[in-house]
Amino acid sequence: MRRYSAFAIAREAARHHQGWERAWRSPEPKKKYDIIIVGAGGHGLATAYYLGKNHGLTNIAVLEKGWLGGGNTGRNTTIIRSNYLQDPSAAIYEKARSLYETLSQDLNYNIMFSPRGVMMLAQTQHEIRGYQRTAYANALQGVATEFIGPQRVKELCPIIEIGGPRYPVLGALWQPRGGTARHDAVAWGYARACSDMGIDIIQQCEVTAIRSQGDKVQGVTTTKGSIDCDKLGIVVAGNSGVLADMAGFRLPLESVARQALVSEPIKPCMDVVVMANTVHGYMSQSDKGEMVIGGGTDGHNNYTQRGSFHHIEETVRALIETFPMISRLKMLRQWGGIVDVTGDRSPILSKTPLEGCFINGGWGTGGFKAIPGSGWAMAELMAKGASPLAAAFGLERFREGRFIDESVAAGVAH
Amino acid sequence: MSTRLATGGRFLDRNQPRVFTFNGTDLSGFAGDTLASALLANGRSMVGRSFKYHRPRGIVASGAEEPNALVNLGQGAAFEPNQRATTTEIFAGLKAESQNHWPSLEFDIGALNNLVSRFLPAGFYYKTFIHPRAAWKHVFEPIIRHSAGLGRAPKERDADRYEHFYHFTDVLVIGGGVAGLQAARAAAADGGRVLLIEQSAQWGGRAPVDGGQIDGKDPEVWINDALEELEKAPNVTIRRRTMGSGVYDHGYVLGYERIADHTPGDTRPRHRLWRIRAARVITATGAIERPLSFAGNDIPGVMLASAMRDYVVNYAVSPGDRTVVVTNNDDAYRTAIALKNAGLDVPVILDARPQAEGDLPRAARDLGIRIETGRAIARVKGRKSVTGVAICAQAGEGAVLEEIACDAVAMSGGWSPVVHLWSHCGGKLIWDEAGAFFRPDPDRAPISHDGQPFVATAGAASGQMTLAETLKDADSAGKVASRALGLAAGRKGAPKASQPQEGPITPVWMMPQGAGPALRQKMWLDYQNDVKVSDVQLAAREGYESVEHTKRYTTLGMATDQGKLSNINGLAVLSGALQNDIPAVGTTTFRPPYTPISMGAIAGEARGDIFQPIRRTPIHDWHDDNGAEWEPVGQWRRPYTYRRAGESTHDAVMREVKNTRQHLGLLDASTLGKIIVKGPDAGRFLDMIYTNMMSTLKPGRCRYGLMCSENGFLIDDGVVARIDDDTFLCHTTTGGAERIHGHMEEWLQTEWWDWKVYTANITEQLAQIAVVGPNARKILEALGGMDVSADALPFMAWADGQIGGFDARIYRISFSGELSYEVAVPASQGRALWDRLIETGQEFGVMPYGTEALHIMRAEKGFIMIGDETDGTVIPQDLGLNWAISKKKDDYLGKRAQARSHMTDPDRWKLVGLETTDGSVLPDGAYARGSGTNENGQKTVIGRVTSTYYSPTLDKGIAMGLVLNGPDRMGEVINFPALDGSATPARIVSPVFYDPEGEKQNV
Repeated sequence: MRRYSAFAIAREAARHHQGWERAWRSPEPKKKYDIIIVGAGGHGLATAYYLGKNHGLTNIAVLEKGWLGGGNTGRNTTIIRSNYLQDPSAAIYEKARSLYETLSQDLNYNIMFSPRGVMMLAQTQHEIRGYQRTAYANALQGVATEFIGPQRVKELCPIIEIGGPRYPVLGALWQPRGGTARHDAVAWGYARACSDMGIDIIQQCEVTAIRSQGDKVQGVTTTKGSIDCDKLGIVVAGNSGVLADMAGFRLPLESVARQALVSEPIKPCMDVVVMANTVHGYMSQSDKGEMVIGGGTDGHNNYTQRGSFHHIEETVRALIETFPMISRLKMLRQWGGIVDVTGDRSPILSKTPLEGCFINGGWGTGGFKAIPGSGWAMAELMAKGASPLAAAFGLERFREGRFIDESVAAGVAH
Repeated sequence: MSTRLATGGRFLDRNQPRVFTFNGTDLSGFAGDTLASALLANGRSMVGRSFKYHRPRGIVASGAEEPNALVNLGQGAAFEPNQRATTTEIFAGLKAESQNHWPSLEFDIGALNNLVSRFLPAGFYYKTFIHPRAAWKHVFEPIIRHSAGLGRAPKERDADRYEHFYHFTDVLVIGGGVAGLQAARAAAADGGRVLLIEQSAQWGGRAPVDGGQIDGKDPEVWINDALEELEKAPNVTIRRRTMGSGVYDHGYVLGYERIADHTPGDTRPRHRLWRIRAARVITATGAIERPLSFAGNDIPGVMLASAMRDYVVNYAVSPGDRTVVVTNNDDAYRTAIALKNAGLDVPVILDARPQAEGDLPRAARDLGIRIETGRAIARVKGRKSVTGVAICAQAGEGAVLEEIACDAVAMSGGWSPVVHLWSHCGGKLIWDEAGAFFRPDPDRAPISHDGQPFVATAGAASGQMTLAETLKDADSAGKVASRALGLAAGRKGAPKASQPQEGPITPVWMMPQGAGPALRQKMWLDYQNDVKVSDVQLAAREGYESVEHTKRYTTLGMATDQGKLSNINGLAVLSGALQNDIPAVGTTTFRPPYTPISMGAIAGEARGDIFQPIRRTPIHDWHDDNGAEWEPVGQWRRPYTYRRAGESTHDAVMREVKNTRQHLGLLDASTLGKIIVKGPDAGRFLDMIYTNMMSTLKPGRCRYGLMCSENGFLIDDGVVARIDDDTFLCHTTTGGAERIHGHMEEWLQTEWWDWKVYTANITEQLAQIAVVGPNARKILEALGGMDVSADALPFMAWADGQIGGFDARIYRISFSGELSYEVAVPASQGRALWDRLIETGQEFGVMPYGTEALHIMRAEKGFIMIGDETDGTVIPQDLGLNWAISKKKDDYLGKRAQARSHMTDPDRWKLVGLETTDGSVLPDGAYARGSGTNENGQKTVIGRVTSTYYSPTLDKGIAMGLVLNGPDRMGEVINFPALDGSATPARIVSPVFYDPEGEKQNV
């Protein structure tokens, strides 16, 4: 792989950029791989990358029915934070956040991780207590957060209305090392690095069946033919239930449309990410200048990738109360993605009833921030059969009642 | 240079001049002008700077597709960035500024980017700024951010008002050109309700500019006749300045009406969002002309041929004295003819096709215009304005054959139907070889709830590009919609139309077709985002082959016009680079809105005080008048405390607790949820909803109950009173009333739908006042009426009766540990009762108390609070509430879950009391530290504080917490680290700090 750098750009500029090579190969599938990962989103690609990097396994295919990074990886609001309450969540999200800090250098691909800081507003006494608790928990978990007062909130984000008539801002949980990254670049960077290690990323290749012998996985049938494998990782977010069905087991997951929207680009006016859970809305400003806004989740299960407009209305109302200046901005685009949500709103990283078959899903509305940590843990789980980061997220927790419920800390927006 | 023509201008009222300001200079236009036409009339062809390279940008279009002419509009509370000049109607006093430059539009430092643009190809930022790591955050990203963005951020609170409309119609027709007018006529002919909306201020669309005859009449005459007919029809509603913004599932469509953008300050709402539910939708949204990709096609003065025609005919604006027309189709000849007819010079028409023999080329030749076929533009000359073009052969690599001086270029690469609204809800497209565009595939329309297609297209939006076919198609679309709704469509046929015959188009995606890399770096696809032909080719070369990858890698089509001009040209270039068919490459997803809509309109009226209306108890005003410090609880506000002059908040709370414990306190408990559960199966139902046995409760008695989710976690608590054999009244927490009511209904409607139970949330129908303290009985006896003695109304009983003349229901329940009555009266009597209690209570030492005193008193007594001791992960067993879990019942919600291994684990954290060794108050939310770390390196914890207060009754800090094996460790001291590294030791004690025997409340 030819490395990216300012020098490479200068060299190519001299010849009109005719010499750039492909970022990732486009191979035909082999008959057999050691490991097949289904799903070339961020989580699937990261899993393949860390299997190669941490465990030396590269005889791997990543199968993608559409184009890589085309699902929730390319549809989210790009927020990265790890200020979670429960230990297992804080561990995996903080692992992810810390990997994000050096990911551009690891991948030799600028994923534009921007540690601009994330604040979650407290607008009721109850939220103050909840975020104070999270700050105490985070301190013991090794996650740097602090509870800040309204004046500090205003200093960090001058466009906030802290004296709003309905829900004045009473403080915030502040994670200065949280932030955002360029979501597509995360998928592309991992894909390029995987391809460079010899991992085959096969796009336009839909898995139509999972084959097994006895209780053990044997391979998959795809639109590009039959492919064998020793181990299979299902990393398909909203389609987890569909793949699990092919593998012969059921998952405690529901799939719903979740929406987001952006405004037209304006000059920089907001340097931090703000989440306001009492009124249900969150916002940041992209490097391009758009205000990136998270919307609501449909109340009914569906696969539309559209969502109902009244959620957009509710979100925009909430944000106009929080940031009155956005009233005269215009919504440029709204879209939806399909999120797979578990009963405790925490992910599944697990072995399955089918031997050799593993699943990584259920990230719900908060998967982007977890990508590197999720891939790291999933790779370890698949390579070694166990991973401390993944241990608490096994499927058995639903049977045992060992839930990892973040609703108290995360409010609604995850 | 562009200027105003002496005569003409269909839209202009020359008797009404309008003075406006652009970049601080006063300019003049006429009523009917858009800001774009008025700027052109004043010779301002350069109006902005592009996003990435800060290249000079001129007006290129005449409608919503404009990517360049975006301005900062207005000032102060009426300031708005990124307003399209082409859709902004001018008014006296309009103030506009160009965007994205410093220090000025003419001289922009940012244009340095342009000089180094060869080092800044698509995606360059992914390949550099990687080392050193800190530089991205501190150096590179700030630079990129600073140069990004277009308009300025508004600073002030929006002074305007917005509103929502609901509208229900049989047929919605979107687009008020001749197709939309005819579709509306046909759909309305048999009485169906029709709504016709048009985004601009003018009806009729392109037809009056493009010419032809309809039913033997001039199009303008036909349009006026059709409008008159529609305006008269009682079943038709028509609206100008109303855009079809998005099509959603089940016939839901958003309309965006710009009511007062052109009449600011006239007190009307600025925008109105129409929430339309239509049985059938017809999109008659026309087509948008495509630019041609030649070097320098972004220099101000290069304009779409159709836009130039619009400016000449509609606004009497000359785009320049000498205009070169470049085209691959016949339609652009109309522009040459219009220019010539306006007395302007057209030195040459460059037609990329080998021949041009249709009616329009013939007419152009007859006017003496030079036509060169097989020719292309090698490059446009000029920097901030066009000074000429270099001509080459389309078939070659760009060798210059001739140079022609000119000050404007009109380009036409063909037309693309506007398919956005068709596509929003799943309508599919097919590639039309003959027309070289994507058009809706009528066999794959968006499907509604009944399996029937609910969106159809009409006219140019269907790909029908001649006047006659457009009208026929529109007439048919209207009739089909009408028939689908069971109405007999009108029998009248489509109007007959005639127009010059047009020859076929030849697709031209690059000009000249053999252009080398140097020229391709000067061919703009996306003018605003600075995406060039070379960028798309680079994306393809690097493997970003999906059209979505290319879009995201190059930012093609991500500008504020969302690719209305650039998408088709871009994906044609991509398909060329991939050597694949255009239809195989496909399009990106069309998403609402069609053009950007204001956030204000989306929010509507719900802002400020009515964003979420505050729920008020009947006693709210009294609290407000008596020093209440408010605390938001759910949708309510509750008094946190009543602070007196000279008192701190803390002092006030302490006073309220002490007074209640020693004398008499009053609490407005009206916000607590009150749900009536009624029916023969009510007891059975509540046995499932609560962990306790409720069916055995006797009328006249109360019972404290717990509710769990099906996962076993405690979700709410409260006192249930049995009113009669089949009626219960369930109290819930303040914040839980709606949620618990919904929870009950969900189970009734989905699982136990055959049980005979009704529920009703009557929270707001009653005012409820807690009368608390040693003097509680005395004050009620002083008021006079029903017997409230311990014998007549023992603890956990209730009774109906009269007290002080009020019809009341009195519950003998206590959340403080004191003698306590909760008196419920009809909401209308709440304030009068409160006033009477305050008045009568003077001799008994009455004081109102707020939520904080309530919390302290319940904590002193060891009562749990939902949301403090519970957080969605706590089961009743954790809280020592096993006594409230019936062992006799077969089932209740959560029972099975609570039997799971983790729920019965003896090592769960359990409720205890906590006392610091020095009497201080433990920090809220603090965790107790264990020893060592877990396998993820996190410090081990063994418990946490759930509630913590200073108790004035005990004169020390008290707390409750959940602690590992807590109840077995009474007397042990555990450590709670603070964030500063220090630690507070605390002793594990019983959670009941006050009156453990219940001597105070049970008297």
